[in-house]
Amino acid sequence: MLWLLLAPGAALAAGALGFDDARHLLNRTSFAASVDDINAFATLTREQAADRLLAWTGSRVGTPAPGWVNTFESPRRVRGMSDEERKAFQREQFEKGVELRGWWLTEILTTPSPLTEKMVLFWHNHFTSSLQKVKSPALMYRQNVLLRRHAFGYFGDMLHEVSKDPAMVVYLDNASNRKGQPNENFAREVMELFTLGEGNYGEQDIKEAARAFTGWSIDPDRGEFVFRRQAHDEDVKTVLGRSGNFDGDAVLDILLAQPRTAEFIVSKLWREFVSPNPDPAEVRRIARMFRDNRYNIKVALRALLVSDAFYTPQNRAALIKSPIDLIVGTLRQFRYTTGEVTPFLFVSRQLGQDLFAPPNVKGWPGGEAWINSATLLARKQLLERLFRAQEMPQPAAISMNRDDGERVKGIGTPGANGKQRFMRAMMDVHFDANRWLSQFRSGDPLLARVVLAADPASPQAAGVQGVDMLRQLVLDPVYQLK
Amino acid sequence: MDRREFLSAIGGIAVVAWMPEIAFAQRVAAGYSNLLILVELKGGNDGLNTVVPYADSEYYNLRPRIAIARDQVLQLDGRSGLHPALQPLMALWRDRELAVVQGVGYPGANLSHFRSIEIWDTASRSSEYLPEGWLTRAFASSPVPKSYAADGIVVGSSEMGPLAGGGTRALALISTEQFLRQAKLANPEGSARNPALKHILKVEQDVAQAASSLNADYAFRAEFPNHQFGNALKTAAQVIASKAGVAVVKVSHNGFDTHSGQQGVHQRLLKELAEGLVSMRAAMHEIGRWDSTLMLTYSEFGRRPKENQSGGTDHGTANAHFVLGGRVKGGIYGMPPPLTRLDGNGNLPFAVDFRDLYATALERWWGINPSVALNGKFTPVDVLKV
Repeated sequence: MLWLLLAPGAALAAGALGFDDARHLLNRTSFAASVDDINAFATLTREQAADRLLAWTGSRVGTPAPGWVNTFESPRRVRGMSDEERKAFQREQFEKGVELRGWWLTEILTTPSPLTEKMVLFWHNHFTSSLQKVKSPALMYRQNVLLRRHAFGYFGDMLHEVSKDPAMVVYLDNASNRKGQPNENFAREVMELFTLGEGNYGEQDIKEAARAFTGWSIDPDRGEFVFRRQAHDEDVKTVLGRSGNFDGDAVLDILLAQPRTAEFIVSKLWREFVSPNPDPAEVRRIARMFRDNRYNIKVALRALLVSDAFYTPQNRAALIKSPIDLIVGTLRQFRYTTGEVTPFLFVSRQLGQDLFAPPNVKGWPGGEAWINSATLLARKQLLERLFRAQEMPQPAAISMNRDDGERVKGIGTPGANGKQRFMRAMMDVHFDANRWLSQFRSGDPLLARVVLAADPASPQAAGVQGVDMLRQLVLDPVYQLK
Repeated sequence: MDRREFLSAIGGIAVVAWMPEIAFAQRVAAGYSNLLILVELKGGNDGLNTVVPYADSEYYNLRPRIAIARDQVLQLDGRSGLHPALQPLMALWRDRELAVVQGVGYPGANLSHFRSIEIWDTASRSSEYLPEGWLTRAFASSPVPKSYAADGIVVGSSEMGPLAGGGTRALALISTEQFLRQAKLANPEGSARNPALKHILKVEQDVAQAASSLNADYAFRAEFPNHQFGNALKTAAQVIASKAGVAVVKVSHNGFDTHSGQQGVHQRLLKELAEGLVSMRAAMHEIGRWDSTLMLTYSEFGRRPKENQSGGTDHGTANAHFVLGGRVKGGIYGMPPPLTRLDGNGNLPFAVDFRDLYATALERWWGINPSVALNGKFTPVDVLKV
């Protein structure tokens, strides 16, 4: 078998990645790294490997969208409803929210281009909007489609379109930004979180920019962007030293003209893919390429993925897996078969990442914030149960484990009916351990190098075999790292 | 000298060391042997139907459907009274162990559940985002003794709230039994090779340390009511009765987002709240901790004075909160709700900054400098006998 040839010491073409580098690249960009993929990438150079990953990306989604995504139902409808109608409507919206999350998670679990989903998730956490506030699953779906259309395109185009995205217009209150009564929320966040970063603009810039965005609103019946000319402020605005009768698009172009914007985005990509601490000189170098190429996202991402910093030993196992990394990575790495994905939506929320509902406009803080005693134990409990038995349906693989009834926020708890669905779905979660383990010889040191991003942190008990050995590896603290 | 007194003495020394330059140096600081219990009323409790301004006719004008009738109110003074479901708390009121603080809020009130509770948990200004909880900052500048089982425990929620952010030894648990069972999965041994692994190993070690010093088998004579909030308090009491203590416990009581059909739900929630708090007092008496226990309620916001069309109330601002404990000076503090001075959204102005309440706990209860944790100077509310 090919993988035997790639064991340490095997001859590789000059500049080829080799086993560990290929594993590192795939793990960072694809949630998991199968032995076959590692072997295929091991023979490539850094450049070839990055190009291949980027060539696989695309905006097409294999998972069928829920049937209702093209039907906009205004959340305002509740105003005229009786109590019962309102409850029924809210219940329906809640269920649509679960369906929407299930659609995306299914795509993340099954896509042939995991890097695409990684980037859509990255942009979801950059251009944040939340179902909590937007209250329309259809608009959140449309935003997701927009993000995937631009995920590897041109950042400037994406910024212009996201700023007019109905979910964003609602989320950052631009719908109520009117001439004479400006709402500064969008103007503030577009500078602080979407382009420049804190400290690169003044309060006055926000006030002036907010006036430029006046009139950017949505049609409450169709849920589509509209420009309300009569609400737009036509006076002169001064933003970052430039003056004119700017509209919103003109202000976005001013922000895109700032070198700081490219650096801000590259730093964020760095923290996602490379390490928690961006190297300022490297960031400036890549940001310049990014801007010189009209903010082509592929250019920036490729530069990061071929950089020395990406492959340096100090940056291996230096990032903490997000809940989606952990769940999806485990299910993909070990080729679990799953039925309905609902259980994993609840687990992800329990671990702190509720898709389509980031905690606030800053998104999930990530990194060390993912891990506290509650989430670490919940992660371990999930892993322990996924590896408890082999080739057996595992009805209790994940318990609901929360009777705290937090229905107020997010995906909530599944309710009595949901609990049954949940249990049924859990019956379908299945790991064929013998088949997976058959890729390795007994005692093969490559196995640990596939499962873990670095050597285990804790002493491993000797003589442990099969699923027990896998369980020991995934319960090691290093399994939380990528 | 038993272990707890010994720890208390240690804490006292640490406090005395920096006290001379502080204006409140004359106060006796007991350090972290004084226990703080935070009770979060999740969803935004309706303060006006909790502490009822029964003498204000405007209250009855604003709430024709859901006001608490004057003859139902448990009168505290000439104008304020408790919701009848809070009857169990009247024993504490009579013993002068219950303080009511009215008009608690902050400038630039945010009406989103998420954002407003984040403001409360991080003690931030309305316009700033802070990465860590206010207690995390407090413990970073004035550490809890290492011998404690943990700095703090969050019961019944995986959100760490005021204990969020790196550095604290904070644990979240549903029940002590379940925690001790799960903690077996902790992997505390190993050497850190980078900051990410170091953080994970620290959490693993926190879990292991807490698991080794918490027990789940103290047999309280006090009975806890059999509902979710009662169970959470029972778990909290178990943690407190363990051989190594904690400085703070946070429990949640869920379901206060009463947008429609408020009356029945709120009645039940307040009854559960009162039953739970009274049980907690009995349990703390039993283990000799009531005089070193301070309980504070908090919530992301109060609710709008005017009832809505669905017999409920929408998100509001300033709110009434309870302070309870063996060394609390009972009474009514803050400002009664000025129902004729509502803002453009129909919401109340605040009178007491929530960070004043936090400063009370930090400065008067623990004897630590509150300005670090609160990023500014706030004035403690004079509700404690110290």
